[in-house]
Amino acid sequence: MSPILFAILTVAVTAACTFATRLVPFVLFGTRDKPPAIVRYLGEVLPPAVMAILIIYCLKDVDFSSANSILPQVISAAVVVLLHLWKRNNLLSIGAGTVCYMLLVQFVFI
Amino acid sequence: MSFAFRRTVPVLFGYLFLGTAFGLMLQSAGYNFIWAIFISMFVYTGSGQFALVGLLSGGAGLFTTAVMQLSINSRHMFYGLSFIEKFKRMGKLYPYMIFSLTDETYSLLCSTAVPGNADEKKVFFLIALFDQIYWIAGSALGALIGQLIPFNSSGVEFAMTALFIVIFVEQWIAAKNHMPAIVGAVCGIICFLIFDPSNFILPALVTTVAVLTMYRQLSFKRKGAAK
Repeated sequence: MSPILFAILTVAVTAACTFATRLVPFVLFGTRDKPPAIVRYLGEVLPPAVMAILIIYCLKDVDFSSANSILPQVISAAVVVLLHLWKRNNLLSIGAGTVCYMLLVQFVFI
Repeated sequence: MSFAFRRTVPVLFGYLFLGTAFGLMLQSAGYNFIWAIFISMFVYTGSGQFALVGLLSGGAGLFTTAVMQLSINSRHMFYGLSFIEKFKRMGKLYPYMIFSLTDETYSLLCSTAVPGNADEKKVFFLIALFDQIYWIAGSALGALIGQLIPFNSSGVEFAMTALFIVIFVEQWIAAKNHMPAIVGAVCGIICFLIFDPSNFILPALVTTVAVLTMYRQLSFKRKGAAK
């Protein structure tokens, strides 16, 4: 497969899957009054569980034998959590955490 | 129109920033601003597009891509539940409203009380449309900056981690019961250690759903026994 075709197909699959997840409730429950209890239960409990898994996914490129690889992640993650608990401002927490991480990997833990 | 615009100002800043981070990442993975615009027009999701950069540069298979994207976006399945009736009344705009239901647009639509003299359908549509325009503009800007002004953007990928952490903290604060988050974290860590780190998401999700379903049965039984 040529690289461009591969990239287009990957984007197309991503677009289709993203739209599909948004479409599901409208297709399944568009005609009923209320979704079944188990679906409503999973709808309530899954999002935080998925987010926890996604945060772990972000660690996939961390080299756990190297402090230079672990420390910037831990420090910047702590910055994001603390700043967010303090100010509750999404943009500020994400922006400051990202800048902190960039400075750490570019200048401190090289 | 100006009411809809004022509602979207917080998202304007957020999307310009996150979109720029996405554009920068995509550019450094070797895809220019045309790709950025194209992806933000047709995919349109924050976390999924960040993951997409990794999938593109890592040369992941299409099946892996599908599993990853379905699981990352699984939370969107539950956003629509609140808007089934409202979106249905929007006629031709119905498909676009479903397509554009991102985390941010969802939270704006949930919290928007349309003033009596305004057309709710129009306000909803404009909010959704403005948000996507900000996102496309941010992505294009990021990719162009990366191309025109050579600077060291290494580490910008942490924006994705930070985004997930912020959503998680918000969910943690809003949750009455922290069990689901803990179950997800524990299953995630165990599967991360057992499986290949780039393929652990599906097993982690399956075990999480299984454990949470069992947990629900158990708490029902306990309630039944208490009676």
